[in-house]
Amino acid sequence: MGSALDIHRLHFAFTVTFHYLFPQLTMGLALLIVLLKTIALRTGDESYDRSARFWAKIFGINFTIGVVTGIPLEFQFGTNWAEFSKTAGGVIGQTLAMEGVFSFFLESSFLGLFLFGEKKLGRIGHWWATFFVFLGSWLSGYFIVATDAWMQHPGGYQIVPGGGIELTSFWALLLNEWALWQYAHTMLGAVQTGCFVMAAVGAFYLLTHRDIPYGRTFVRTGVMVGGIAALLQLMPTGDRQGKLIAQNQPVTLAAMEGLFDSQEGAPIAILGQPDVDNRKLDNPLVVPKMLSFLTYRRWNAEVRGLNAFPDDLKPDKIELLYYSYHVMVGLGTIFIAVMMVAAFLLWRKTLFEHRWMLWVLMLSVPLPYIANTAGWLTAELGRQPWLIYGLMRTAHGASPRVATGNVLFTLIGFMGMYTVLGMLWLFLMYREIELGPDPEHRRALHTPTRVSVY
Amino acid sequence: METIWFCLVAVMIALYVLLDGFDIGVGAIYFLITHSIEERRQVLSSIGPVWDGNEVWLLAAGGTLYFAFPLLYASAFSGFYLPLMMVLWLLILRGSAIEFRNHIKSPVWIPFWDFVFSSSSLLLAIFFGAALGNVVRGVPLDASGYFFEPLWTNFRLSEQTGILDWFTILVGVEALFALMMHGALWVQLKTSGAVSQRAGQLAGRIWWGLLAMTVIVTALTLRIQPQVSANLRTWPWGYVLCLLAVAGLAGVPFELRRKNDRNAFLASCAYLLGMLTSVVFGVYPMVLPARQTLYSLTAHNAKSGAYGLKVGLVWWVIGMSLAAIYFVHLYRLFAGKVSRDADAHGHGN
Repeated sequence: MGSALDIHRLHFAFTVTFHYLFPQLTMGLALLIVLLKTIALRTGDESYDRSARFWAKIFGINFTIGVVTGIPLEFQFGTNWAEFSKTAGGVIGQTLAMEGVFSFFLESSFLGLFLFGEKKLGRIGHWWATFFVFLGSWLSGYFIVATDAWMQHPGGYQIVPGGGIELTSFWALLLNEWALWQYAHTMLGAVQTGCFVMAAVGAFYLLTHRDIPYGRTFVRTGVMVGGIAALLQLMPTGDRQGKLIAQNQPVTLAAMEGLFDSQEGAPIAILGQPDVDNRKLDNPLVVPKMLSFLTYRRWNAEVRGLNAFPDDLKPDKIELLYYSYHVMVGLGTIFIAVMMVAAFLLWRKTLFEHRWMLWVLMLSVPLPYIANTAGWLTAELGRQPWLIYGLMRTAHGASPRVATGNVLFTLIGFMGMYTVLGMLWLFLMYREIELGPDPEHRRALHTPTRVSVY
Repeated sequence: METIWFCLVAVMIALYVLLDGFDIGVGAIYFLITHSIEERRQVLSSIGPVWDGNEVWLLAAGGTLYFAFPLLYASAFSGFYLPLMMVLWLLILRGSAIEFRNHIKSPVWIPFWDFVFSSSSLLLAIFFGAALGNVVRGVPLDASGYFFEPLWTNFRLSEQTGILDWFTILVGVEALFALMMHGALWVQLKTSGAVSQRAGQLAGRIWWGLLAMTVIVTALTLRIQPQVSANLRTWPWGYVLCLLAVAGLAGVPFELRRKNDRNAFLASCAYLLGMLTSVVFGVYPMVLPARQTLYSLTAHNAKSGAYGLKVGLVWWVIGMSLAAIYFVHLYRLFAGKVSRDADAHGHGN
């Protein structure tokens, strides 16, 4: 750490990682709130409306932080990655501009109506406002993933004299095969964050003997939707994503798996620490032949290891890439286990008596955040040393005139500001959960104890 | 084709200034026109449902600029690195303040966020003005197509300029006055009672300052950026844009006297639109003038590929038509004056 390039990279990594803590929840919750409101409309059950209102408040807090931390990201392409923007802006600017034009206008126009307009709009009108906020946030996710997918697996471009990259096919950019699978995989991750948070809040209410009916609704909804999402996360989306990496970024696959020697019938490492200098995996716990099977569906297929590639094509942070990938996959497996056990108990109608399971659900709440972060780290570290895979190296993408001191200055500024925002977020979330979904209870807590102008 | 995109980006930026400009202006005059927590809530509720949508114009304009003129995006944003980052910080603070202020009714919580909202808005107005001043004056671009400006150097119009020099500071002050008046006219239009009255009076007073600054800055601009008068000579229809600004500026006190709040606000819109389009017209075909004219970025040398610009036009027209529908819908739902006991989003309880 110390060169301008490293600080530029940390600058983007830090701001984007912090930002994505919020959209992953709002995108997941948006789907769940539409679901709650649909049930309320179809059954006429008022408690689902009240549940939706409670989650809309949580959504609002997270949405605000998501918006204010999202604005810097678009501009950072210009400020910190000027050479990249100059070279490829004509391509990736398309999807970034489309995000603003197609999804942010939609989202921001309906957000106020979704959060505060229920009385004005009536039940049907408010369902539509909710739906448009959901649509806007999911569209936004697509444009961002399509942008990243083009950097992972560029298509529909040509290189013009002078080195610039120009778009030649709009649909190749927008319907990139990589984008479709990565989007499905990313959104399922967001849905799982929404589900785990909803289930955890529900479990918290049940374990503290308050808001029992709401607690049950939250746990039930979180477990049912979360169970489906956890399975789809692995098959087919995770599997297909893995195959795309095997085909297009074989060196990345080797680094993710910690495979140094090329071999037929390659094992998959469950645990172990890569020792890159000595080209081996320490303390390995492996399943023989599994990597060959998962990658090529043949037990004896040859998988190329890191040693088969020249150094200048290898990702530069192999250890971190290896751990990110293993943390993601490990947690994804745990999510399937947790959700399947909970769903089984739910089916047997004994989930709410099994308090240990409620404890598990409540304490699992940080895990999907970690898994989603690890997933993005895997994608972006795996792309290294390329900024645009095979076309432009990360080392050539940064702004040439911005001094190290200036980048470090703004990095420290963002770190300070985001620390405060993070504390604010915890405080507001705790407060909202404490107030709870029951309007009677909320009113009681809100009654002023003394006369005041506030 | 690049001229079309030049105009479209200019229109998007102008709309951003008209729309987010009033809510930034409201922040800048926040403490001048309110005397109590309730009045402040009333003022905030006049921008609550729309500020977020207004700010989207910045993102949409930024994205459009990005794919239409990638070289400009890269050069300008890395060159204006520090002030742009500070603008981003101010936008973070301001957005958090507007949205979180009403979460907790506490005598430490609300005044704190009120202060954050007002001070960040005030600084934003000055920063945006200074940025415009930099574009008019020209920046120290060289043959590489890049430059870097520190926040200030010696405050003179020398070779290595900083973001702030005496000229850009003057433009910053003009922008602050313009947005303060714009915001005051919006509050007058959207609220009622004492707040509305105070906002109207304040707008009338700021107008004098704005008049003085407009005259001074316009005179200086004609000296500092020779392209402006050259363009006016080549295409005399450009005077229409200047006339729009003059008419708008003259219209504000006229409509204030006639007590027509809506026309007064529209006159302020005309002024801002006229001033911004005059600047854009004045520097065309440059998109970022250099101190040494030879190195200026123009709509021709900063544009992206022909195919991208063509296909972009298709989705842009579709997307912006949809956005226009949402905006008309949103502002119609929010039409009329906000009620005094409304919550921060202008919806009655």
